[in-house]
Amino acid sequence: MEQFPFLIRKDRAAIRYLVVDDSVFARKNVARMVESFGGEIAGEAGDGCTAITEYDRTSPDMVLMDITMPQMEGIEAAERIVRAHPDARIVMVSSVGYQENIVAALQKGARHFVQKPVKAEILYEVIKYVMGDDAIMAAPAAQEN
Amino acid sequence: MKMELIQPFINAADAVLAQTLHCPTRIGDVSMEQEAYRRKGVASLVTINGDIEGRIIFDIDPKTAAKVASTLAGSAMEANDDVARETVCELANMVIGSAITTLNDQGFHFKIQPPVVHMAEMGEESHEDEEALVMCFDTGNGNVFMNIALRYNNKKREELRSN
Repeated sequence: MEQFPFLIRKDRAAIRYLVVDDSVFARKNVARMVESFGGEIAGEAGDGCTAITEYDRTSPDMVLMDITMPQMEGIEAAERIVRAHPDARIVMVSSVGYQENIVAALQKGARHFVQKPVKAEILYEVIKYVMGDDAIMAAPAAQEN
Repeated sequence: MKMELIQPFINAADAVLAQTLHCPTRIGDVSMEQEAYRRKGVASLVTINGDIEGRIIFDIDPKTAAKVASTLAGSAMEANDDVARETVCELANMVIGSAITTLNDQGFHFKIQPPVVHMAEMGEESHEDEEALVMCFDTGNGNVFMNIALRYNNKKREELRSN
């Protein structure tokens, strides 16, 4: 996998991610990518309902959320999380990338959208953009974990 | 079956398989079938409802699934049924999601359900106006089969006829 400078929080702690996808592979794949960016997995969930409880339990810096999932879809889960936590940073990660879906997700409070199959360089740029001034880049050795 | 409905799925499968498996892919055998679908390995089924309706089945043998799974997960995976089911559902999810993105941007509206594992040895027979296209993708990791049976719904068909 391509090497990226670490993306860490301003306080030099690792960015903590909640990864939500009904596919174990998709979660593994995304987790592997964000760990290669210097991130840490705060939690995982396989559906929207679990994502809400996991968000409350782990208070992650960012949620990477699939859309099409059983029980509760990602857009509804994103809406509920943002209603309870207006500062939540949620990035939708889905293979279904048509405009209506993206607009609906953004209207419900998601900050960005990444289409599957996920490319590491795109995910990296989106995370950097969504974290904004709350994140800094650092060489891997400079990270304090 | 209308080629304009199928082409986005072929393009998506070709692109997603090549990108996720990091190997060149080639479309092998292609056939139209009206007979009942006969499962080849571990299969996942995605149902589509809306302007376009029908179903798509992804089918893969467990050995190929383990190779694909290892590539997707970035570490060696065992060749067991759980791995195969998960792999085939994730592949279906990515390919179908990509194809319906294209079709939606062309003005077709529909809803897909998450992939479900297709356990039956045989599926229902296709309808007269809904014959299935069966494609085999040869990848460096083995063969992946895609079986598509789609048609416009009645309302959309009327709309297209009147235009």
